[in-house]
Parts: sequence; structure tokens; C-alpha cells
Amino acid sequence: MAIKKENFSRRDFIKNSSMFAGGVVLVSLLNPLKVVYATKKPKGKGKWYGIAIDIEKCIGCANCARSCKAENGVPNEPFFFRNWVEQYTITNDDEVKVSSPNGGIDGFTQPVSDDEIYKTFFVPKMCNHCAISPCTQVCPVGASFESPEGIALVDKSYCIGCGYCVQACPYGCRYIDPAQGVADKCTLCYHRLEKDLDPACMMACPTGARIYGDLNDKTSELYLFIKENNCAVLKPQLNTKSKLYYKDLSQEVH
Amino acid sequence: MPIQVKRLLVVFAVFIGVMLGLKYFLTPESWREFGPYRGKALTEIADQEAKYVQMETCAMCHDSIADLKDQGLHISIQCEICHGPGYRHVEDENIDMVIPENSDFCMTCHAINAARSTSIIKQIDAIEHSEGEDCISCHNPHEPWL
Repeated sequence: MAIKKENFSRRDFIKNSSMFAGGVVLVSLLNPLKVVYATKKPKGKGKWYGIAIDIEKCIGCANCARSCKAENGVPNEPFFFRNWVEQYTITNDDEVKVSSPNGGIDGFTQPVSDDEIYKTFFVPKMCNHCAISPCTQVCPVGASFESPEGIALVDKSYCIGCGYCVQACPYGCRYIDPAQGVADKCTLCYHRLEKDLDPACMMACPTGARIYGDLNDKTSELYLFIKENNCAVLKPQLNTKSKLYYKDLSQEVH
Repeated sequence: MPIQVKRLLVVFAVFIGVMLGLKYFLTPESWREFGPYRGKALTEIADQEAKYVQMETCAMCHDSIADLKDQGLHISIQCEICHGPGYRHVEDENIDMVIPENSDFCMTCHAINAARSTSIIKQIDAIEHSEGEDCISCHNPHEPWL
């Protein structure tokens, strides 16, 4: 079935190649190979959870980190966190220092004297529950997924513990649970939300710096907070469509 | 059709058949209920026990303390921030809650730090203020005064 070279004219070549190119365009329009999966924001009434953090109100008490560890059985050793607090200190020499002793649980001590500080503030960090989350897209077995409410979750009985998602998360919000050897992360206390309780970190915040709610509900506290305040997400250039909004976020935070 | 192409087609058909069979037997139940994951994982995660019972539950028995606290400056603070998760205590009252007596616990919020807004939280240097004496020997955390 080889092509006879003497019969292969220029006209044939152009015809065949334009047919091939047209076919490729047609197939790409039909989009059958759409592998990247992301849960869509539900139209109508479905819940679509988001979080907002008021940086000015955070006092760095780390009750959020403590209560999260107690609620979700996160190992107590350092480096295993579902949420934690960082203190950013920018000195008069434009040096940015970030400290987070045991995620803030051990208490913060100021690294520089007060008159050297240009500005300083606390930044609580947790899973951003991205709408296009890199961590769920890299999972080879489908154990990391986004719930219909937009919460990024791990199916711990299905996870093989390869650690891809831990590397893929640009915010460092995942860890491998040392007891089970599988990935684990913030669930926005999905089990508490289903029981009409607040997530542990939201409950534990003494100053109300943390707000969570339904971004689909135009009367929710969260929706109005984002509307009325100047809010930004972390690493917007990565197009993860993060749903964790920080009020008055400084550009030094990454 | 040449014989080698026929043989190749048979090999392809067997391969596709085996893969479809494997997919049928190895795909877990409730897969693709909501998306490319086990739909049952959602109920499994939702079934976990909630350990923090929240203040409304505490106030069902400890109503006088809850009322006292709600009149003071610590109104926004949930009981379980200081006393620890209450899910065991709710079932069996003999299981004690945590009662933090050390001033270090108070200092997780009230220590002086330049990053803390003074309009949001009162801060104090504990050593200078009380020379190491416990905060609760003068202050009642349920009814704090300045």
C-alpha cells in the first residue's frame, strides 16, 4: 500500500495535507480528549465554598492551627499542617523575614527590634481550595478530587501515597500522613459542614479574622466581604482560581 | 486484506476486550457519580466525628458561665479554644476538660507583638506586669477586666 512516488503530484500533496489539517481542527473543536478535569461552579443554588481572611484582624495566636490538629488528628510533630500562621516582618532595609515556629503554635517572637521594623503582619495560610486545583489534576489514580461544592478532598482509601499532589500544590498545603502513608490536606472540615458546624479553624478564631461561606449566595457574609473590601489571592499568575481571599494582602506575601 | 493486517486486527481486538474487562471489574463502585472519583468518598469523609461541639452545646449545661462570658470582652471566644475539644465530655461528664492555668496560654494572644493591632487585642508584658504571677490569680478569664 505504499504510495507510488511518480503519481504523487503537488496538487495531491496540498489536498492531503489540507485535509489532515482540517481534520485536526475539527477534532479539536469536538474536544473529545479533554483530560483536565475541574468541578464547575454550580449554576443556580448549589453551594460553592470560599474563604476570606482579614490580615489586620489576625493576632497570630495560632488557635486555628491548634484546633485543626485536634479536630482532624493531624500529627503533632512540626511540618504536618493543614493550616498554619506566618509572621512577615519587613525591615527598614527592605529585608523580608518570614517566621512560623511550629506553624505559630509555639508562639511568635519578634526577630528584630521594633525601631527596625518597616511593617509586620501575620498571614494565616491554609488550602486555597482552588477551582482549577493543580493537586487534583496530577493525581494518577483519581484519589484527589474536588467535591461538587468546590472543596478539594482526598479519598484516603484510594490514595497510593505517590506524593505527586504534595509537590504539585503551589501553596504547600498537603502532606503525607505518616501513619497511613497517604496524602492528606485541609477538608474545610467537610464532616463539620455536613453537620451544620463551623470548620474548626473558623470556630477557633477569637477575632473573626477568618470567614467562610457560599460564593454562590449573593447575600452571604463572605460574598459581601469580598465585594466591600480589597481582596487578593495568592499567586494569581498560576491561574489556579484560588478561593482563599486575603483582605489587604501585601505584595511581599507569596 | 493482507494476512498480517488481519492478524494485527485480531491482536488489537483481544487487547481492547481484555482492557474493557479489566475496566469493568476494577472500577470501584460509585466511580463517576459526581466526577472522576469515588462518590462514596464524600460520605466517608462526611461521616467523621466532629470533636469540637461548639458553644451552644456547652451552654446547655454551663449556662451561667456562658452568660457571664457573653457579657464580657471574651464574648467572641468559644469555650473550646481554652478548654479543648468537648466531644468526650459531652458523652461522659467525668472526662475532664482542659483548664489552662499557666500564663503562657494567655500570652498566645496577649503577648506584645508589633504585628498585633492594638485596636483589636490588648497586649501586656507579663513579666513587667505581674512579675511572673499567673494571670488567673487576679483576672477571671470568663469575665476579664482591664
